[in-house]
Amino acid sequence: MKTFTIGGIHPPESKLTAGKSIVDLPLPKQAVVLLGQHIGAPAQLVVERGAVVKTGQLLAKAGGFVSANIHSPVSGKIAKIGEAVDASGYPKPAVFIDVTEDDWAEEIVRTEKLERECRLTPEEIVAKIAEAGIVGMGGACFPASVKLTPPPGKKCDLLIINAVECEPYLTADHRLMLEKGPEIVIGIRILMKALGVDRAVIGIEENKPDAIELMRHLTISYPTIEVLPLQMHYPQGGEKQLIEAVSGRQVPSGALPIDVGKVVQNVGTVYAVYEAVQKNKPLIERIVTVTGKSLKHPGNFRVRIGTPIADLIEAAGGLPENAGKIISGGPMMGKALVGMDVPVAKGTSGVLVMDEAESVRKPVFDCIRCGKCIGACPMGLEPYLLSALAERQVWDRLEKEHIMDCIECGCCTFTCPANRPLLDYMRVGKAKVGAIIRSRKK
Amino acid sequence: MNAILIALIVLGGIGLLLAIVLFSAARAFKVEEDPRIGQVQAVLPGANCGGCGFPGCRGFAEACVKSDSLDGLRCPVGGDDVMKQVGIILDMVPAESKPKVAVLRCQGTCERRPRTNRYDSAPSCMIASALYGGETGCSYGCLGLGDCVKVCQFGALSIDPATGMPVVDEERCTSCGACVKACPKGLFELRFKGPKSRRIYVSCRNKDKGPVAKKACETACIGCSKCQKACEFEAITIENNLAYIDFNKCRMCRKCVEECPQGSIVELNFPPRKKKEEAAPATEPKVAEPQAAPVAEPKAAEPQAAPVAEPKAPAAE
Repeated sequence: MKTFTIGGIHPPESKLTAGKSIVDLPLPKQAVVLLGQHIGAPAQLVVERGAVVKTGQLLAKAGGFVSANIHSPVSGKIAKIGEAVDASGYPKPAVFIDVTEDDWAEEIVRTEKLERECRLTPEEIVAKIAEAGIVGMGGACFPASVKLTPPPGKKCDLLIINAVECEPYLTADHRLMLEKGPEIVIGIRILMKALGVDRAVIGIEENKPDAIELMRHLTISYPTIEVLPLQMHYPQGGEKQLIEAVSGRQVPSGALPIDVGKVVQNVGTVYAVYEAVQKNKPLIERIVTVTGKSLKHPGNFRVRIGTPIADLIEAAGGLPENAGKIISGGPMMGKALVGMDVPVAKGTSGVLVMDEAESVRKPVFDCIRCGKCIGACPMGLEPYLLSALAERQVWDRLEKEHIMDCIECGCCTFTCPANRPLLDYMRVGKAKVGAIIRSRKK
Repeated sequence: MNAILIALIVLGGIGLLLAIVLFSAARAFKVEEDPRIGQVQAVLPGANCGGCGFPGCRGFAEACVKSDSLDGLRCPVGGDDVMKQVGIILDMVPAESKPKVAVLRCQGTCERRPRTNRYDSAPSCMIASALYGGETGCSYGCLGLGDCVKVCQFGALSIDPATGMPVVDEERCTSCGACVKACPKGLFELRFKGPKSRRIYVSCRNKDKGPVAKKACETACIGCSKCQKACEFEAITIENNLAYIDFNKCRMCRKCVEECPQGSIVELNFPPRKKKEEAAPATEPKVAEPQAAPVAEPKAAEPQAAPVAEPKAPAAE
């Protein structure tokens, strides 16, 4: 079975919620909509305090080419425009909306009817995706319309749908495929039209046989869409790893997938594209897996953006006694939250409540130069060296040693026998070197 | 016998030949340099701390020798003594400069600034600051992980176990500036040591709006501007909800310290006043007590109201 060739690990799957169908979470009392839920410039507000907004109404416009619109996930009155602490741990600009009823904007089609036909031109499709504020729902939050607009001279020859969901514990994409399969297939065809490609591949890890079976069945009449089961291998869901597994091409260091003619979109993003193009619905909600060994009712919830994490944990049965950390995302790449009032953003794929015993890190020892991290790194980097350089703040050498190629997957930290927090150092290195590179361009 | 003689002659000959080669090379490839550089370097402390802004003591020595005057050139570790000696060697007059000392501008101890979460990663301020906003509601304050302590070459910084925050030993601090660079929150500043080591500064760097800052820490600066209004010397500026005292303009009158409702302004090494101790949170109601020096105060105390231009006589202090 196909997979990527460099590095990777096999963490326990822990897919506790794979059998739990999606449940709508009740609306929050107050929605906290962050203005920076995507890669690129923060969005610019177009509403003021005191304004009454409808569900789906535009709140903030994209702040640049690489940016995204933000729409109101609820209807109500804007109580405050201020700051809220997000997953980064720092307070960031946000809009606070007091929720009343659920009054949707008129243009949004609210029926469940399957809309198969799309008569828009590729440019119109991309424009509609941009207007709907769609970003990568796998967690990276890259604006989808920018990815669908290859730079001049570059052409896409294959659309790859990322339905791998390799992160342990998370099952949102799995459930989405099982419950919204037909919509996803239509979404894929819309994207193929937008990109002008005649081939698409859906990559699914082999631990989801029901999803593989279903997607194969749904794409029988579309021979240009192939379903490819992939070996269970973390981080198979990484963009570059998926491209290598599907097509055998490796994306060179510092290059983008479009440079080898590939565009990768998460299956959640594809569903959002269907809703945007066929139902005029902007990105205002997403599926979030709320999971953890001690939770009473873990599950997959359809959540409006801006809902505080506390509401999700309540719905899952409340915070367990022995809770140690609340992680936004999964155990490999997620970030531990500083409090339960952090709001759900476009990239919040899961909330993991980890037991105290499991979540406390083991004591850190000095690097023993065993090289296991090098074997585990799927990008072929040397984490022991990069983390040592980041610790000593040698930024210029870090850049030379390809720190910017790190995908922050966490394989190195997982394998380190000395329990060194390698990923934390790598993240700092990437942030600082990234800032240096950006300031050079100006 | 013969063998020994031959061996001696051959080895001696090789030795002599090599000596001549080395001697000629030393003469032919000699780098001419100003002998004063070596002389200046000899009187410098030799810590190579970079506090002067040059790469090591050698770099500073070169800069001094190459320059026309000693303006802008100062070794903070050696201070005036060393600069006088450098001046003698180079026949230049060193610029007079007031000694400075490092000051930590944060009072957010565990009592005043409650923790909302626990940090669990590498014990480094740089890492913690890059990863998230810290264990408290104030994302500008001291993280207490000791990057500054590690970087100080003179042992002037140590973490106080009672507060979890660094303390500056002013006897050892040479104002080299390493801690200023090391702190990711920019909490350290090199300020004038002050007459009798007295200095006044706003011990806070919180730029959040008043209510947010106050909720996070009891002694946070809320940017209310009462200090700015009280200052007769225009030494205080308020920007981004935060007050800052310019140490070039401050005359140590201490009016701002009294006015501050939060107790954010610290007065260091002053004799205790009758009313309240320095930097205590303003929990007592501010009753307008008479300013005139009450009977109990020792006679030698400086007058409170008048600006202290030069310290009054001496002895008891």
